[in-house]
Amino acid sequence: MSRRATWLILGGSSAIGRAMADAAARRGHDIILAGRDTGDLERTAADVRISTGRRASVVAFDAMAIESHGRFAAEIGAQTDVLNVALLFGIMPAQQEMDRDPARAVDCITGCFTGAVSVLQHLAPHLEQKGAGLVIAFGSVAGDRGRLKNYVYGGAKAGLHTYLSGLRNRLRRKGVHVMTVKPGFVDTAMTWGMPGMFLVARPEDVARACLSAAERNTDVFYVPKFWRWIMTVICAIPERVFKRLEI
Amino acid sequence: MYREMTLSGWGRVRSGNALVARPERVRDVYRLFETAGGRQICARGAGRSYGDCGLNSGGILAHTERLARILSFNEQSGEIACEPGVTFERLLRVFVPLGWLVPVSPGTAFATIGGAVGNDVHGKNHEHTGSFGQHILEMDVMTPDGSTHTIGPRRRPEWFRATVGGIGLTGVLTRIVFRMMRVPGPCVLVTRKRVDDLDSLFSGLENAGGAAYSVAWIDALARGKFRGRGILETADPLAGAHGMARKPGPAIAMDFPNFALNRLSVAAFNAVYFHKASPIGRTAPCHYGDFLYPLDRIGNWNRIYGRRGFHQFQCVVPYTEGFRAISSLLEEIAARGAASFLAVLKRMGPQRAGYLSFPMDGYTLAVDFPNQAGTAALHSRLARVVTDHGGRNYLAKDALLSRGDFERMYPELHSFRDAAAQMDPDGQMGSDIDRRLGIRQR
Repeated sequence: MSRRATWLILGGSSAIGRAMADAAARRGHDIILAGRDTGDLERTAADVRISTGRRASVVAFDAMAIESHGRFAAEIGAQTDVLNVALLFGIMPAQQEMDRDPARAVDCITGCFTGAVSVLQHLAPHLEQKGAGLVIAFGSVAGDRGRLKNYVYGGAKAGLHTYLSGLRNRLRRKGVHVMTVKPGFVDTAMTWGMPGMFLVARPEDVARACLSAAERNTDVFYVPKFWRWIMTVICAIPERVFKRLEI
Repeated sequence: MYREMTLSGWGRVRSGNALVARPERVRDVYRLFETAGGRQICARGAGRSYGDCGLNSGGILAHTERLARILSFNEQSGEIACEPGVTFERLLRVFVPLGWLVPVSPGTAFATIGGAVGNDVHGKNHEHTGSFGQHILEMDVMTPDGSTHTIGPRRRPEWFRATVGGIGLTGVLTRIVFRMMRVPGPCVLVTRKRVDDLDSLFSGLENAGGAAYSVAWIDALARGKFRGRGILETADPLAGAHGMARKPGPAIAMDFPNFALNRLSVAAFNAVYFHKASPIGRTAPCHYGDFLYPLDRIGNWNRIYGRRGFHQFQCVVPYTEGFRAISSLLEEIAARGAASFLAVLKRMGPQRAGYLSFPMDGYTLAVDFPNQAGTAALHSRLARVVTDHGGRNYLAKDALLSRGDFERMYPELHSFRDAAAQMDPDGQMGSDIDRRLGIRQR
């Protein structure tokens, strides 16, 4: 029997994090939930344990606290056999807020990009050493093109996409697969009440689809799938037209 | 962040616009109170209450869909802790295979545990098992000042009794601890028997006292010597039958036109339904999911009543008045020819957990009416019969009660008001039914 990997969920308090923990546990994996609100993570871990019978534990993790990532990764590396990583955290301040206050833009970049690169760089040697595993990291369709209404967040996610592409190449050599997820609109706290939402996907569906896609070694995964076509069209618009659009 | 939504009760007669928040963690509830800015707040679960107790026009609704985790479970004692948005459906799926069942369940599994607390719900086993609130060991409620209080039958009992059955008017629940019940298998053994008149139905319910579950369906349109004819259903837990699965059902994909339900079509349906049952009684195993929630098998069954919506009139009358009161209610209904399937009669015990809980020792009758001209007048005639006999109506079903009737029906209202005023001195909790009936009376 092959060794069942443990899933580390970075950003486990989000709706997608919970859904991912539940979906992975239902597939027979143990779960480590990582995030800042450990009290809340304990609630999710209890639910996973009771409803799936798998082990689920909680560790404190702060994406913004870059200096803590080395020790965090070492501890995770030491306490797991085969390790899978789902990187789900990110923050999306309103664009207008970041236009008013550049410090918020820096927060957004740290929360979405710097923090992600930092923790993955620290985890990478452990993954290489284990010689197996999956990494699912959440980018965004917003990272495919810089839009007026969301360009800082989009910029951070674009950076993450590029980083993940390189990481995929590096870890592939050691038997670890990296999948970039580009979700469209998902029904989470981030999108609740936001105007202009359409065809919003349920977190449970997104989580299940991501796990299946990663097991098939998909490299870049749009979810729901039609977002690939929407983004193909958006990316095909010439820049001199695009710069005049209000989207 | 809020989403502005127009929501209605399950009967689709009452609706209202509210800012809907969907807290995902306890911290979000705290933030909700902190940023409410003078708007009133009420929690809303699955929206399965019929009238306006899950509505808060112009205010904030805290939708508990995402506060829905199971927090602990003790396999020895059956003690469970969960968040308010957990549904009966989920608990059924997780725990029936392990041999545990929620002891008290309303007629739909889509309802939430938070809603079961807020309405102190009862089931087909009320006579023996009591109301939901009586199985609660303790719970955490966050009051509008942002503080969390652990309350229970022996811990701040006044606050507990105000919150159980208090339809969300004392705070927002963040954790509920109650005891589950052991079951020997996933099924009950059900006996269904046709009964020809009201006398036999009442004596049937009386004699069914030994059964764990008992309920009667009445053909509310039958008149003359058929008045009160119906089907008596009794059930007891069944050991084994572990392979038994739930039956799938259809879903109602669109609103029926208003004319679809009229005196003739409903009378025909009722007659067929009545004659399908055996006069000598037939016994068969039935999965808890199908037995406790027969209507859940028909998705969106409320659409059968069309866009106009419907009212459910549910009252309870004291035991000694039972037969006379139920007879006169059925007479009123049959005389008006108010189309109704699903008239349900049940024996109820005296057990209740909250000041505004519905149950009382007696008989409860529930009848659906399409919302049409004359329904309100019929409702007030029926409510008169109920108050004359010292009974009360169920707030979870209500959209039409008057303030005067409400106050007569709920003698412990002042105790509720006192406790609620301590928990929420500034009156930040509120809902449509609260304002309609003056429940908090600020």
